Amino acid sequence: MRKVNRVFTALVFIFLYIPMIVLAVASFNKGTDIAVFSGFTFDQYKELFRDKHLLSLLGNSVIIAVLSSLVATVMGTAAALGIHSMRGRLRSAVMTMTNIPMTNPEIVTGVSMALLFAFVGILLRTNAVLGFWTLLIAHITFNLPYVILNVMPKLSQMDPDLTEAALDLGCTPVQAFFKVVLHEIMPGILSGALMAFTMSLDDFVISYFVTGSGFVTLPVEIYSYTKKPIQPKVYAMFTLIFITILLLMVVMNLMQARDKTKRKKAHGLQKEVGR
Amino acid sequence: MKNKSKWLSGPYVLWMVLFTLIPLGVVLYYALTDSVTGEFTLSNLANFANYWPIFLRSIWLSIFATLICLLIGYPVAYYIAHCKPALQRLLQMLIMLPMCISFLLRTLAWVALLEDTGIINNFLTSIGLSALPLIRNNGAVILGMVYNYLPYMILPLYTVIMKIDHRLVEAAQDLGCNSRQVFAKVTLPLSVPGIVSGITMVFVPAVSTFYISQKLGSPGTILIGDVIESQFKAAYNPNLGAALSLVLMVLIFVCVGIMNHFTDSDDEESMVTL
Amino acid sequence: MKRFLSIALLFVLLTALLPVQAQAAGDTVTINVYNWGQYLSDGTDDYINVIEEFEAAYPNIKVNYMTYDSNESMYTKLKTGGSLFDIIIPSDYMVEKLIAEDMLEPLDMTNIPNFAYIDESFRDPSYDPGSVYSVPYTWGGVGVIYNTKYVDEADTGGWELLWNEKYAGKILMFDNPRDAFAIAQLELGYDINTEDSTLLTLSANLLREQKPLVQMYVMDQVFDKMQRGEAWIAPYYAGDYLLMVEENPDLAFYYPEEGFNLFVDAVCIPKGSEHKAEAETFINFLLDPEVCGQNLEYLGYSSPSSAAKEFMDPEVASDPIAYPDTETLARGLSFSSLSLEGTQEMNSLWLTVKTADTTTTVYLILTIAAVVLVVFLWGFVKFRKRRKKARRCRKWKQAQ
Repeated sequence: MRKVNRVFTALVFIFLYIPMIVLAVASFNKGTDIAVFSGFTFDQYKELFRDKHLLSLLGNSVIIAVLSSLVATVMGTAAALGIHSMRGRLRSAVMTMTNIPMTNPEIVTGVSMALLFAFVGILLRTNAVLGFWTLLIAHITFNLPYVILNVMPKLSQMDPDLTEAALDLGCTPVQAFFKVVLHEIMPGILSGALMAFTMSLDDFVISYFVTGSGFVTLPVEIYSYTKKPIQPKVYAMFTLIFITILLLMVVMNLMQARDKTKRKKAHGLQKEVGR
Repeated sequence: MKNKSKWLSGPYVLWMVLFTLIPLGVVLYYALTDSVTGEFTLSNLANFANYWPIFLRSIWLSIFATLICLLIGYPVAYYIAHCKPALQRLLQMLIMLPMCISFLLRTLAWVALLEDTGIINNFLTSIGLSALPLIRNNGAVILGMVYNYLPYMILPLYTVIMKIDHRLVEAAQDLGCNSRQVFAKVTLPLSVPGIVSGITMVFVPAVSTFYISQKLGSPGTILIGDVIESQFKAAYNPNLGAALSLVLMVLIFVCVGIMNHFTDSDDEESMVTL
Repeated sequence: MKRFLSIALLFVLLTALLPVQAQAAGDTVTINVYNWGQYLSDGTDDYINVIEEFEAAYPNIKVNYMTYDSNESMYTKLKTGGSLFDIIIPSDYMVEKLIAEDMLEPLDMTNIPNFAYIDESFRDPSYDPGSVYSVPYTWGGVGVIYNTKYVDEADTGGWELLWNEKYAGKILMFDNPRDAFAIAQLELGYDINTEDSTLLTLSANLLREQKPLVQMYVMDQVFDKMQRGEAWIAPYYAGDYLLMVEENPDLAFYYPEEGFNLFVDAVCIPKGSEHKAEAETFINFLLDPEVCGQNLEYLGYSSPSSAAKEFMDPEVASDPIAYPDTETLARGLSFSSLSLEGTQEMNSLWLTVKTADTTTTVYLILTIAAVVLVVFLWGFVKFRKRRKKARRCRKWKQAQ
């Protein structure tokens, strides 16, 4: 049974990676037709680095992703702490509000934000509302629930006695928070931040509705590219991004693994001391 | 301390009211006003009568896609959850990795594979077979949905299955259950929260997609997302678009509500976590 | 904590690695140019890169370039608000509509001396009397592009090729109501500017008949589809055909005998532009005969300025498709702006064409089955709960 399952899982992974292979192969293709491989070349990569426009769009995307995930992480962690101390109806009301962006289709979120900004634009009698700030606001908004939903479980798993102990040992509440609570929920914060960063980097639908003339992110531009005959340098770009993220993930994985063994060792040491 | 820390969520609540609740109010306002005169009207919502076939198709295609995701995703999540920890981390990472590449391009890669002059059909004709109609039908749209949203099914399932207390399984075995019974009586019921959040995370984006149907579908497989998008991007009629968005939102809340009713799971914390 | 620091460091590194956007010092002005896709020579194949040349000639002006794919989507973007544009390039009927809705700035012709190079016949057009708001950019006709490898020459000649069932699934169609309706109207012999409700409905019916044969409703995607042979027949703009045929020599083009749309695309400045003078500088640069000639040689569209033709490859400048003979031109018809009601009627008819569906019954049956199933399940769960409760009650009573 387990063997069957292994084969099945392998097949699913192949299914997930077929398009990546197609894109990677296309980035070395001499011709422009993605379906016909007419020769090996590095030209697309040269073209890519000559195209300042495309690179600056990638820059825009990363800036938005970094800023929005940072803001969302700080605000979301604070919110999770607050929600954690709430009880009863108030708590369920706030949690319901958190779930709205999660259960709301992206297109509705995008549309509602676009309408809001247009409305504000009419009120302010300006025509330049859409741009960097609206994009940032939208991204923070859809990132917040991811942070909260990642931090909340860690908070409820945490032993409440830990904080008490820290307070008894003479910490101020602020110190207790930074030395104990933050340390305990850090994995949740990190995975929330990472998730928010990924979501924001890849978001197309919501950005598509709230971008204006000045500040465009990569996915939105890609959308307009896919209507024209797409330039193969875009494949080259994404092959590079893919490799970068792969390397990043491997590094993080190794870091995590090392951290775990270290912790285990420290844990063992404590036990021995305890004896 | 406890009482004070409640206020930490103040900025967040304010933010969500400003940028989630108020925008929904604006949608409601647009949906209930006329596009030209700006007066109160129900005619935008009444337009639903013209679009219900498209709503139905969108919902059914995404239900099929969600079911396929569940059928594919569960065994994979189960397998990953029973690997060695190091391998688990690696596999989880490999599931997430495709999500980092623009889904527009991934869909485009599928177009390149499936087209009449695409990679698969070029291969088939080159070995003397006739080309297959792989693209521009419901099947292709469902394939696109399954491909794009499968990770959103696997990850929550994996998180939940991994957390199942192994002692429960052992206890069931000790009490004489065979492996099928263990699965049916212990593992499956305990993974319901993961199934619920997986279904939500696949169904919601699938039902509202417009890019996948634009690229992989035909003029006959237009989805409700396409109609909404065109109202905001091509035919200037935000009022109709807002009305259709409102209906879509209500429909999804009803669908999710029905599902939650049957599983009565409190899914506060089983949503997407890494 | 250490881990957090290292992650933060990674973020910082990532941001630092980014190509920092050139923040040119001083009083550089950025103008937002909003243009059709593939409608400005961008330096491919050693043609002129208009934006780079312009920025080199006027170092204090930077160009932010964005594209749209139909007059209607450009109009929607302007109407929705929230964005500022300094240059737009709508077609004739859209210029008329924008003027009527007071959405354009009148041009200051003293800043556009190169307007003198525009041919007499393109000055004072009917869509913009006196050329107050617009300057012609290109002109051209709409015809049928087909792939000679697959399409029988005998079938060509008229618009009915787009309704030929032999080529079902290989036909593309315009994805904007105005161009699509015009084709149906020409095929039916109606006026392309009609607002008559019955005639519009009949045209919509003809488009609906065509729908099962249509592979996709497209705008810019036509390039990819036709060049690769994924589709065989498409109505499109003549200038774009000339671009396509360079990639795929099997393609051919004709102006249908029933008549065809002749259009002029014109450069305008929308209301609200904050850099009007700089935008006018840009327009003037576009009209410079050398720039215009090289730009249009790449685009394949026809030039409204004879002076520019001097700077073109003579073969391009006398191309029979870009510059058809007077006999063909006599069949050309131009659009005029429709009234608001007419536009709305056409839009909603177009939406019914695009959303028309034939397979609803299957979904209806499925839905009814699902609802029945849900009700049944709900009843079953309730029933079992009650029976359980009853059994427990009985047991409790027995125990008493």
